[in-house]
Amino acid sequence: MFKLLNGPQTLGNGRAFWICFFLVLIIALAYPFFADSYDVGNFAYFLIWVFMALGLCLMWGYGGMLSFGQTFFFGIAGYSYGVLAINLGGGGMTFVALGLAILLAALSALILGYFMIWGRVGGVFFGIVTLSATLVLAFFVGQTAGPEWRVGEARLNGYNGMKGMEPLNIPWFGGESIYFEGSSLYYLAIALILLVYLGLRVLLNSRFGNVIVAIREDPQRAELLGYDVRKYQLITFVIGSALAGLSGALYTSWGQFITPSSIGLPAAAMPIVWVAFSGRGDITATLIGTFLILVAFQTITVHSQQAALILMGAMLLATVMLAPQGFVIGVARSIGRLVKRRGQAPG
Amino acid sequence: MAEILQTAQVSKTFGGLAAVSDVDISVNEGEIHCLIGPNGAGKSTLFKLVIGTYLPSGGSISFRGENVTQRRPYERVKRGMSIKMQTPSVFKELPVRQNIHIALQHHIGRAALAREEERLLTLLELAPDATKPAGALSHGQQQWLEIGMALALKPALMLLDEPTAGMSPEETFRTGELIKQLNADGMTMLIVEHDMAFVRQIAQRVTVMHFGKVFARGAIGEILADPRVAEIYLGKTHEH
Repeated sequence: MFKLLNGPQTLGNGRAFWICFFLVLIIALAYPFFADSYDVGNFAYFLIWVFMALGLCLMWGYGGMLSFGQTFFFGIAGYSYGVLAINLGGGGMTFVALGLAILLAALSALILGYFMIWGRVGGVFFGIVTLSATLVLAFFVGQTAGPEWRVGEARLNGYNGMKGMEPLNIPWFGGESIYFEGSSLYYLAIALILLVYLGLRVLLNSRFGNVIVAIREDPQRAELLGYDVRKYQLITFVIGSALAGLSGALYTSWGQFITPSSIGLPAAAMPIVWVAFSGRGDITATLIGTFLILVAFQTITVHSQQAALILMGAMLLATVMLAPQGFVIGVARSIGRLVKRRGQAPG
Repeated sequence: MAEILQTAQVSKTFGGLAAVSDVDISVNEGEIHCLIGPNGAGKSTLFKLVIGTYLPSGGSISFRGENVTQRRPYERVKRGMSIKMQTPSVFKELPVRQNIHIALQHHIGRAALAREEERLLTLLELAPDATKPAGALSHGQQQWLEIGMALALKPALMLLDEPTAGMSPEETFRTGELIKQLNADGMTMLIVEHDMAFVRQIAQRVTVMHFGKVFARGAIGEILADPRVAEIYLGKTHEH
């Protein structure tokens, strides 16, 4: 299985890449020891969004399915975590709520994906249908302000958002609980990213990965090689959407609230910008690019939220015009070419 | 000889246009069967009906004794069909080797995969270009690559739709020799072709289509001697 960490579907397969990987990992693990706790909390917040981007990269970059529905599944899991955490009680049950919330997002993806893929919805219409689902959910949750909109103890609360759920926590010795906030949330996010990133590398370099890139290139040819294209597309869609669900559930746990604005149109466009800018053709590029954009976005938002949104739009435009494969991939390939040329240089 | 493929009264209409009308063809196991006819005769449509990318408006298709009329293309492939399309249909952004790999991985274990990959690349004379994106190959090489991908499935029946389109005379001849070699090894072939010299090189039995119907059929010698066939190629015969 470890052999599959490297392969044709992932950039960065050499020794130099893995040395850099471990160096970055060590720095990331050491970061909370020398950084301000506020910054560590912020970094944890940035990392939470990366799962959604990785899921979109899998669907769009590798599978050729441009989904505008990442915040739909983010919202399903985010609200589900809130409802379940409030109703199941705190402590270790918050992790049960996390698991069930992701499962619900995956189940929603299975149902929506089944109707789209078996109904031969493809190309631009795939984006339109997923965007429609996202907007419907955002509008629906927005009109749940009345007291009748509750699930057990949990009130959905319309545009004011749902609150009152406990963050992820586990009971500890002496009646104490470990709450996953600040540094502990940061480490949890790092562990999950490591798991998801390496898992995706293995998946993409496996037989399954070969088939989904073949489907992206030419679905008819892939089917004529004996693959049930619909099945592979549905599995890809469910995995990518479940990763958006993981982001949603972690987000609700992080902030102990969730509002419809985290589902609606501006939010739905964000993952597209992150992945397009980073380079949809590679998960490492998406991981790095998304994190960098989130840091930049947050930094600019402190001064002006409008300016940050304009920057996002400008970045998408620049990517489409100047580097359709993505800026991070472009830089990575340039470095690769440079290293190769140096290696070949005489003397 | 046993029939491997049989179509019975197969038809396909697009709106008011009958592209294929009541076509009965049978392909025997182990033969090279060519499907010829002028442009618009319905040959490629019939191919798409056989592989399942089109569903017929009427009639039925049997493969290895099973009615596959409503089966999806991937199910027909799993039962032993394989096709090379008219225009090269390869995964253009992926390396040549990966194209072959994707076709092979479906039914070959990891241990044998690398060996079979090398064998096919060598057979197709694509080994020196194995790391190039398939889209960077010449038209003729892409045709060969697609034939290789179809071959990788080790089909019982290979469908080749104009396998030599866009090839040089030398490449065409080599393709003919490859087809004869594969047939000698036991593979049944159904081939759509325009180039009569190529058909002469490879065909054992021929079905001629004209205006969506079977116009003539028989051994290659009989077909070549039939003056009506020459006429439809020259545009003199019109059936309405």
